Amino acid sequence: MVSATRSARLDLGFVRTFPALTAGLAIILLIAVFALAGPLLVDARGARVGAFRPSTPPAADHALGTDTQGRDVLVALTLATPQTIRIALIAGVIGLGIGTILGLLAGYFGGATDTVIRTLSDTLITIPGILVLVLVAANLRTISVELMGVIVACLAWMYPTRAIRSQTLTLRERAYIQVARLNGVGGLELVLREVLPNLFPYIAASFVGAVSGAVLATIGLEVLGLGPQNSITLGMMIYWGQFYGAVLRGMWWWWGPPLVLIVMIFVGLLLTSVGMDSLIDARLRRSA
Amino acid sequence: MSLGYLAGRFGALLVVVWLAVSINFVLPRLTPGDPIEERFAQMAQSSGGQGDVTAMIQEYRAKFGLDQPLWKQYLNYWGSLFRLDLGYSLQHFPERVSDRIVSALPWTIGLLATSMLIGFVLGTLLGSFMAWPSSPRALTFFVPVFMLLSAIPYYLLGIVLVFFLAIVWKILPPAGGYSFSGVLGFDLATITDLLSHATLPALAIVLGGIGSWALGMRGMMISVLGEDYITMASAKGLRQRTIFLRYGLRTCMLPQFTHLALALGHIVSGAILVEVIFSYPGIGLKLIEAIRAKDYTVIQGIVLMLTVSLSVAMFAIDLVYPLIDPRIAYRRK
Repeated sequence: MVSATRSARLDLGFVRTFPALTAGLAIILLIAVFALAGPLLVDARGARVGAFRPSTPPAADHALGTDTQGRDVLVALTLATPQTIRIALIAGVIGLGIGTILGLLAGYFGGATDTVIRTLSDTLITIPGILVLVLVAANLRTISVELMGVIVACLAWMYPTRAIRSQTLTLRERAYIQVARLNGVGGLELVLREVLPNLFPYIAASFVGAVSGAVLATIGLEVLGLGPQNSITLGMMIYWGQFYGAVLRGMWWWWGPPLVLIVMIFVGLLLTSVGMDSLIDARLRRSA
Repeated sequence: MSLGYLAGRFGALLVVVWLAVSINFVLPRLTPGDPIEERFAQMAQSSGGQGDVTAMIQEYRAKFGLDQPLWKQYLNYWGSLFRLDLGYSLQHFPERVSDRIVSALPWTIGLLATSMLIGFVLGTLLGSFMAWPSSPRALTFFVPVFMLLSAIPYYLLGIVLVFFLAIVWKILPPAGGYSFSGVLGFDLATITDLLSHATLPALAIVLGGIGSWALGMRGMMISVLGEDYITMASAKGLRQRTIFLRYGLRTCMLPQFTHLALALGHIVSGAILVEVIFSYPGIGLKLIEAIRAKDYTVIQGIVLMLTVSLSVAMFAIDLVYPLIDPRIAYRRK
């Protein structure tokens, strides 16, 4: 009896200490459930061109209406969300992977490696990513979802590199690293077994940031029409909506729902990253 | 400021420009396919065949310098860039790329400069008021609002604004830089017309940026207000307004400028996309037209011009820094 109330109080304590983190994770969980379970519950044929009567506003049989090509917007939305999330995750994971490796190498080994990596990442950060992405995407004929993720990842690795590098620089001077080095533990093994595990909170925070940046870049590219041609994604729904004048014709049910979902993704990621900052830096927490 | 600082910053500028130009040169040549052949194929498609065009293709290749070895093309590219020659637009031949860009530039600069300025000033002021203890309580309401706003990209805000302010309540025009009817002249009617068309895009940029400026300023003010010299100042009996302006605001302005410099690329990209949403006749619209028509030279020209101008702008801001904070020039990087 006593332990039940104590664990209940512990849970509330978590929510009160990390309000932003809980809210952010809740939103992301909601979107994840929608993305994973949604496609299993709807009939994918409803998202094909000419499936239903075009341009009908939301009604009983089409909860979000249809677009100018006769696609059911709700079905399209359910199929588009997991695609957008896939692009963001691919880009985030690849960008984080590259960033972690480069940041570790630069921070731990220093010297010439550090100078090269640092100059590269600092100069590439100043080039607005979307411009290079436009260049790359415009030159490719067809872009698949996976290719889009790889393209976006190429410009997502700079921030994680910087963050991991500065953390590695700090960790390198810690006592247990010095001791391990004196014990004769080699460079690579040292990095993998001693430094890397202590970087996990920063890697997690960088991951959220990388995914957030990836979604931003993806939606930006898609609004210009440079997204995947053969799959529906949230950004492309908005692009086609704009292309067919949905905004000017007041067809809010076409571009509205993808927009709301994108905003939810952004807000969820923002809250999670703010919450992670308070998780890492205990001074930023609210006293429970 | 020290020569070392100047040289370092200039060196960084040169590296970025070189990288941008090289990427711009290499990327299109990495993909298979030749723009000239593609052009001919497109023309053949629309006019029903042309017979033997190999001689014409060779001719155009020689004219555009595409038959020379790659390193020679690279040097030629640099040469033409120094002459500010970005080539010809593939779609609107024989219009030059630089002419297309220059015709759109005033619109973009006007929109960007004003909305960035307004957003920065308003956001900074609001943020500093939000941090000041004797402000009205109601201001704290804005904190979550700004957090929400700062997470939404400008162009998505633009879509929402267009819907509500131009379609549902027809207060402002939904698209374009000026109305189709009417003649452009130096009169009040034209100016009001231009302003009314620019309001929605500017509003999108301002609202999109104000959140992050305000929250950043607020955070810095809060930490500055905890400093000892603020307590000393109020103990000395200085007026609240003096402390706010000269001790609080001034100290926080430098980091705000740093954020401005860092966010410049992001703001410009956001503004470009806003122009796409509103069909505002700036660089953004030219870019999407070029993308839709596969006008590679224009796309490359715009991307290169934007990258280089952003780098030059950041270099200029770097030069202004030591004037604001003399410590920076003497600090070893």
